[in-house]
Amino acid sequence: MKILVCISHVPDTTSKINFVNGDAEFDTNGVQFVINPNDEFGLTRAIWFQEQQGANVTVVNVGGPDTEPTLRKALAIGANEAIRVNATPTDGFFVAKQLAEVVKQGQYDLVICGKESLDYNGGMVPGMLAGLLDYNFVNSCTELTIDGSAAKAAREIDGGKETISASLPLVIGGQKGLVEEKDLRIPNMRGIMTARTKVLTVLEPVSANNNTKAVKFEKPAPKSAVKLFAADDLDGLINALHNEAKVI
Amino acid sequence: MSLLIYAESADGKFKKVAFELASYAKKVAESLGTTVTAVTVNAGNVSDLSKYGVDKVLKVTNDKLGNFNAKAYADVVKQAAQKEGAKVILLSSTTDSLYMAPLVAVGLEAGFASNVVGLPISTSPFQVKRTAFSNKAFNITEIATDVKVLSLAKNSYGVFESAASTTEEDFAPSLNEADFNVKVASVEKATGKVTIADADVVVSGGRGLKGPENWGILEDLASVLGAATACSKPVSDLGWRPHSEHVGQTGKPVATNLYIAVGISGAIQHIAGINSSKVKVVINSDAEAPFFKVADYGIVGDAFDILPRLTEKLAAFKAQNA
Repeated sequence: MKILVCISHVPDTTSKINFVNGDAEFDTNGVQFVINPNDEFGLTRAIWFQEQQGANVTVVNVGGPDTEPTLRKALAIGANEAIRVNATPTDGFFVAKQLAEVVKQGQYDLVICGKESLDYNGGMVPGMLAGLLDYNFVNSCTELTIDGSAAKAAREIDGGKETISASLPLVIGGQKGLVEEKDLRIPNMRGIMTARTKVLTVLEPVSANNNTKAVKFEKPAPKSAVKLFAADDLDGLINALHNEAKVI
Repeated sequence: MSLLIYAESADGKFKKVAFELASYAKKVAESLGTTVTAVTVNAGNVSDLSKYGVDKVLKVTNDKLGNFNAKAYADVVKQAAQKEGAKVILLSSTTDSLYMAPLVAVGLEAGFASNVVGLPISTSPFQVKRTAFSNKAFNITEIATDVKVLSLAKNSYGVFESAASTTEEDFAPSLNEADFNVKVASVEKATGKVTIADADVVVSGGRGLKGPENWGILEDLASVLGAATACSKPVSDLGWRPHSEHVGQTGKPVATNLYIAVGISGAIQHIAGINSSKVKVVINSDAEAPFFKVADYGIVGDAFDILPRLTEKLAAFKAQNA
């Protein structure tokens, strides 16, 4: 089984979010970049397929040379090889087009994406990729097992869970549940050393439209200070929620 | 070139988000000088949509669409859009609608913007405001394609009545067998319990509650408010509560009218997940907890003392105002 894990290179979840160039660009100054958390759950699940079922795991990212440390980290966690499509990921459709090309060239059976990246939160790449490839697709995927070409998956639905059967080739939009937080792997020294010699192929992008464009960014307006009530003034709180906030 | 919405229903009844989407669509249609068409799937009685400005309903009734199937539903919306010549297609931000939205966009060669908040900033060029960086920022996005797909962030616009004389039409799109290769084997859904996705009020607990055995006081408060219960990440990591209740940046997003956080310090990742909620109340014994910086109302105090009293007082309040 050939697995492709799509990796987004995103600011660490504790990052302060600021913008530069007239609020047109994200300020990367002092920001630590990591593997997108939703992708990391999928990557770890892929490594389990590798260890238990002999799958071959390739990781791919669409981004500039500055994203290579993130791919190296994925290699150190255990991926067999890496691909970087040398382009700035400006639009979800553009990224999906690049990934579709990589999938076609590599004939992957299973494509694991995170359901959304924690920077732009577009949540569109996995679905667009499945649409472009005409592969089966499971989004918000929380469980996945593969037996031959048969896949059993679960997806989160509003207020519950749905179990699904499908066949390969398959694209999933993964999230926590594929593995748990405690299962995530921190690269060890041996992993980091071997990652240095693993193959990282750089591909030039195929031409694709940018269907959307991020024009600029805004930060939320500063909040007014919290209104505090004494622990014995619960009537005050209820009154405020009813008459002022009008939420009860 | 009517504007098209997919009005989502469950068990033959429209979800609240369908009415919010219709309200929003009505306003966008006015600015584009066009009308609103809704496509529904197995929705039963669709007359409720006329209260929210929908001019025309395309009713799809098909047993094969009994379970949600992203590709098949995307196909239905695509064919409805083509039939109506719709240039703008609006979807909700439920799990199902977000599942199919990118498939609709690819099918119609449309640009797609998700998490849209507020009316379009301009319609030519077509620019919308959306949340990004897990609610820590907004992003103004321009959609360059002729056909555009938007998904509206939940609870970001509101429900507004606007009477319309609605025409109904049965619509039978052609379904592709291959769309059904992804099959639903079983559905587990909590019954009789308010879910985080549907709730107007969410009551959430953190490590300050000291252990899973203490969740009763939180559940009592939730029950009085008709609220869903949720929890912070450490609580779900410790196994005190199921993962399905974990809200925050890597858990479920919450965009509700009232969010009450009890014993949650307010880590940046937690705030990111709940910040779209309209009113935030924090109860915490630590006056320095960062959550107080983003809350609207707060009480510094012991949850074990406050919660039972608050529940009692709210029950009396509800009884009085019923």
